[in-house]
Amino acid sequence: MTTASVIAPAERAALTAGAGRHGKLYWALADAWVLCWRNIVQLPRMPELLVFSIIQPVMFVLLFRFVFGNAIQVPGGNYVNFLMAGIFVQTVAFGSVGTGIGLAEDLHKGIIDRFRSLPMARSAVLVGRTMSDIIRNGISVAAMLIVGLLVGFRPDNTWWAYLAAAGLLMLFSFAFSWISAVIGLSVKTVEAAQSGGFIWLFPLTFCSTAFVPLDQLPSWMQGFAEYQPVSVTVTAVRGLTMDYPVGNSAWLSLAWSIGILAVFVPFAVRRYRRAAAR
Amino acid sequence: MTTKPAVLAEGLHKSYGKTHALRGLDLTVQAGTVLGVLGPNGAGKTTAVRILATLLTPDSGHAEVAGFDVVRQANKVRAAIGLAGQYAAVDEYLTGFENIEMVGRLYHVPRAACRRRADELLERFDLVEAGGRPVKTYSGGMRRRLDLAASLVVSPPVLFLDEPTTGLDPRSRLSMWEIISELVREGTTLLLTTQYLEEADQLADRIAVIDEGLVIAEGTADELKSKVGGDHLEIVVRKGGDLAAAARALRPHLCAEPDIVPELRRVGGPVPGGAALLPEVVRALDAAGVPLEDLSVRRPSLDDVFLALTGKKTSTDDVEKEAA
Ligand SMILES: Nc1ncnc2c1ncn2[C@@H]1O[C@H](COP(=O)(O)OP(=O)(O)OP(=O)(O)O)[C@@H](O)[C@H]1O
Ligand SMILES: [Mg+2]
Repeated sequence: MTTASVIAPAERAALTAGAGRHGKLYWALADAWVLCWRNIVQLPRMPELLVFSIIQPVMFVLLFRFVFGNAIQVPGGNYVNFLMAGIFVQTVAFGSVGTGIGLAEDLHKGIIDRFRSLPMARSAVLVGRTMSDIIRNGISVAAMLIVGLLVGFRPDNTWWAYLAAAGLLMLFSFAFSWISAVIGLSVKTVEAAQSGGFIWLFPLTFCSTAFVPLDQLPSWMQGFAEYQPVSVTVTAVRGLTMDYPVGNSAWLSLAWSIGILAVFVPFAVRRYRRAAAR
Repeated sequence: MTTKPAVLAEGLHKSYGKTHALRGLDLTVQAGTVLGVLGPNGAGKTTAVRILATLLTPDSGHAEVAGFDVVRQANKVRAAIGLAGQYAAVDEYLTGFENIEMVGRLYHVPRAACRRRADELLERFDLVEAGGRPVKTYSGGMRRRLDLAASLVVSPPVLFLDEPTTGLDPRSRLSMWEIISELVREGTTLLLTTQYLEEADQLADRIAVIDEGLVIAEGTADELKSKVGGDHLEIVVRKGGDLAAAARALRPHLCAEPDIVPELRRVGGPVPGGAALLPEVVRALDAAGVPLEDLSVRRPSLDDVFLALTGKKTSTDDVEKEAA
């Protein structure tokens, strides 16, 4: 062991001189960015997460494209063009479960004590996590797009429309991450965050227009399926990437996402305060 | 001249449901000194540290660290402290280097300076080779060292270490002591909890013994030792020897009932006279036919203090076994 005098408090003033130079908002964003960076750096080191966010949706693409797809009649006749919007939305919905799992891990594996003993913004743990999960979901969607193109998906619209579709998807992903955050912060174990995070997504994604046109769903389900957030987002993304009618679905999706954020952001913040205070 | 203490706790209470972890704890640490907080399992050491480090709010009572109130000015306190908790709070998936860098940036140190500090600290804590590996590949002792390194990124003026050497091998424990002593020489105020009396004796200027959420004794090591009184005689009986006979032979020479530890074949107790009475003791034991392995007279250890104060044994015996 060396005896370099590396711990002289005289250095301290120089090290922390920058802290006073910026306002609260600057540091709230900077701290969130540090944690976002940390979550992104972790990603390639968690192979099980990669399986979740890439391989599972790829299986769905292949399964629906080559197995179930032949049995489903869609307007326009080309199932893969109908399918991909559903896959994109399902991918980000399932991907949002990672938000809750990540927060549960932070809370139950001790690192939260480190964060709470540092002079960082309280909001950074939540904001950093939801930010990095947008990026993670973006990577998954890009991977799905490539797989889709390989199995015959041919988007057909303007770049503006694609951009709008990407924007809606990202907002939807962000909104669902906050729902997942509330679940992850409310449960006692990481495993519970995992199962609790998925369970409600199955009815939501399968009782929707993600894989089957509305009129082929059981009639009692149609009322729910038509207006729920997954369906309206799928319809909007489908219309913005292909020649399908968008109608008011883009506005409905926007309204759902904003509405979810308005409810679940404050809810998650309260949960976080309670969970971290122990 | 009286300066404001760096750490001040007055009448801290904290309950978890029906468990009263702290029942009116008072602590003071003067700037630039080391307070050793000593106590058995469940005494409330961790609870006290967590309150002072702003991780918990007390049910009642008041605490100040670096002149700031730990509840109302928590963020100011956080900028002035470093904490290495009882369980290492490090990120499993980041490397050692990345962990230190992240903590530095959350202390709002510029990125380049964080990286320089990370290199320095990894070297200081003997983690250079491991620094590029994810922490999930580290041993328990390496995690603890990384955890302490991370808490030193900004050389905080006040440092809280909760059982910093528990789980370290004897060599790492010694080098940890060395680092801690250096920090203190540089002017850091330190509050350190431990179950090892030896450690408190080595590192602390003052010692607070706590039990069941209350300080039951406070002072320098010498002050505490003098509470127990004079010298301490101890014999170790050779295997097969009769402990009861040994105790009988010693009794007239001790000022208290002999204390017998059968597992260590040890009999001992406080003596009035010091080393002068050794020949007499040897003759008495010889007459009783007790075969001796070892015999010593020593100043009371903090173990004796602890035993006298709480009626409980400490874990120093385990340390001795580990170190052997
Ligand atoms: N989160 C908690 N929930 C319930 N009880 C708790 C909690 N944390 C601590 N306690 C209780 O409070 C008391 C004091 O605990 P604390 O962790 O402060 O002891 P300690 O002195 O640090 O012990 P050790 O030497 O074992 O680390 C114990 O009786 C413990 O059971
Ligand atoms: Mg403890």
